[in-house]
Amino acid sequence: MVEIPKDFIQKEENLIIKGNVAAAYAAKSARVQVISAYPITPQTTVVEKLSEFVDNGEMPGTQYIKVESEHSVLASIIGASKAGTRTFTATSGQGLFYMHEMVHWAAGARLPIVMAIASRGPAPPWNIWADFTDVLSQRDTGWLSAFCSSHQEIYDEILMSYKVCEDHEILLPKFVAYGGFILSHTSKPIIVEDQDKVDNFLPPLPDEDGWPHIWMDPKRPMMFGNLIMPSGFYQEFRLKIHDAHIRAKEKIIKAAQEFKQVFGRDYGNGLIQEYKMDDAEVGMIIYGDLALQMEDAVDYVREEGYKVGMVKLRHFRPFPTEDIIRVAKMIKLLGVVDRATAFGSQTGGPVSCEVKAALHETKNTAKILPIINGLGGREVTLEQQKNQLRKLVKFNETGEVPKDTIHGTLWDCLLEVK
Amino acid sequence: MVKLKEALESCQEEYFLPGNSCCAGCGLEIALRWAMKALGPKTALVTPASCLNVVVGLWPKTAPNFPFTNMAFAAGAAAATGMSAAFKAKAYRFPGRGWDEVTAITFAGDGGTADIGIQGLSGAAERNSDQIYVCYDNEAYMNTGIQRSSSTPHGAWTSTTTKGKDRFKKNLPAIMAAHDMPYVATCSISEPLDLYEKFKKAKSTKGCKYIHILAPCAPGWGFGSDETIEIARLAVKTGSWILYEVESGIMTLSKASRTLLDPSKRIPLIEYLSRQKRFASISEKDLIELQEYLDHTWKRIEVDLSCQDNYPK
Repeated sequence: MVEIPKDFIQKEENLIIKGNVAAAYAAKSARVQVISAYPITPQTTVVEKLSEFVDNGEMPGTQYIKVESEHSVLASIIGASKAGTRTFTATSGQGLFYMHEMVHWAAGARLPIVMAIASRGPAPPWNIWADFTDVLSQRDTGWLSAFCSSHQEIYDEILMSYKVCEDHEILLPKFVAYGGFILSHTSKPIIVEDQDKVDNFLPPLPDEDGWPHIWMDPKRPMMFGNLIMPSGFYQEFRLKIHDAHIRAKEKIIKAAQEFKQVFGRDYGNGLIQEYKMDDAEVGMIIYGDLALQMEDAVDYVREEGYKVGMVKLRHFRPFPTEDIIRVAKMIKLLGVVDRATAFGSQTGGPVSCEVKAALHETKNTAKILPIINGLGGREVTLEQQKNQLRKLVKFNETGEVPKDTIHGTLWDCLLEVK
Repeated sequence: MVKLKEALESCQEEYFLPGNSCCAGCGLEIALRWAMKALGPKTALVTPASCLNVVVGLWPKTAPNFPFTNMAFAAGAAAATGMSAAFKAKAYRFPGRGWDEVTAITFAGDGGTADIGIQGLSGAAERNSDQIYVCYDNEAYMNTGIQRSSSTPHGAWTSTTTKGKDRFKKNLPAIMAAHDMPYVATCSISEPLDLYEKFKKAKSTKGCKYIHILAPCAPGWGFGSDETIEIARLAVKTGSWILYEVESGIMTLSKASRTLLDPSKRIPLIEYLSRQKRFASISEKDLIELQEYLDHTWKRIEVDLSCQDNYPK
């Protein structure tokens, strides 16, 4: 359950703001030096708030480029990051797809860019509502990716992301995704932290020499990104990106620990966050805003006498394979809820596929029930989530796969076609 | 105009070094070499997909002795915008360290400019992004094997216009001038002093500058590698390629093109075309159309020159 921190009303800087505005405040707290953005629903209020900050002189020295397309957003951010500055941008759905070429480029150049994603469903038909297919479809680009389930988590995760991405042993870009409208456009109380505290938590802004591996400096003329023959180090560069992802797991864990020490808010081990899993017989792996409501569903179904639990997946890349294996060994049956699609894959859901792959060679592990719901922002009610848990309980008790699965996956609450 | 002796004295420094893998007689090489002589070392360059990505040297070899970054095809102008913004942010954080003197440059081919890159370029021009955008125009996709671009002239053979291109060359400098940019100029590698001066002027002008350089391609156009400069000069002398500047809306013909307003001063177009294999099979009809198009272009220049008005600033 999300709770309003006890000291909330006592502090002046505490605000009741939209999720998008929380993302803008995080960029401000991180003292980003270059912002580039193009408006897209439901990300727009991020760029509006940042404009306000810059225009009012609240972000001194920050350059804000208002470009003509998302492709140029990321191209300009890449240029700015290469030259050794801390950068930020935000987008959604179609905007992210239009950036896709540059998404690969940013990771290949090992640039610690942080991008907020107010996730929305891909068209056609046009859809602007919560659906994580946008960020999950960037799976193999080399970006780290995190999901947020509350307004406060958007602010907090952006700060933690800069810490991990700018670590000289990582140097990778990162998506910080949250459900369009559900978090982007609703308002909740959040704590915007004291600037000194944030400054101490984050690494210092890049010095004059910029990043250790890439720079644009007339005093040190160097060429970056030129053609490399198949016999050259291309394959080795790719391995290094994978290595950095694996290494990022411990960095994410460390960042979450430090974050808890400094700011007092707990995000599990950073990669996943367990809820009432200790004595659970069945559990649910879930991510994004739906995880928040699922905590309530777990509480209600527990009141009915069933030992259910929940694992909030905080990171998709790097994938917390070890944590998933550990959790799956504790339990008999795991539901995996996707608010996204991976057509033609084993389960149809990107995260449930990933979970199944992680458990492939594990003995005595939980059975998996893939669930897909809430696509294109369709409402997922508390009652629906309670029923999902009850179905898990019944499946576990009877050993019978729920009758309403399609190709092995529970496509929950489909409309009836007449 | 700068004198040859004076230019040679102040242009001893080389920034685009020998040992690069340009073809013999490459027009691009001359363009970049002279542009960099004018711009000097405080220059950071972005090159989207083009011949230049390749001829600078395969990793880890590098010919440019200045900061150089390779970029995706449509991303040149935006990447230079980002770099320029980063230099401003660094100038704020590290004052007095010369970051405000670094010029961001995009150096792109005609495909990367007139075709896939035009959206990003138009955006940068409209924002007045502080950079010099340079198009080196070899009139086709030479890096991928001579496919037509929107900058390929009418009647020219390319590997995708095997009977000659039906459409005319896109007039990109005019499109850029229509953005009300502070500075637009056209250059030819046959007039290096003119090119040198235009780059100097662009470097000292704030905001977004556009320079379009005709850079003939020996294998792509079909002429000998010792003829590049002659071919470029013929393009100017026939009036096919017009050298001018547009400064805040005011157009000035450059010296090499100034006299050519009088059609009788232009040497016959055929003398330019007949030296290139890409026009070897041009039909009489296409030839007439090319001549008419050339005359029409000059008439438009005449009109532009006759109604000069400074843009409101």
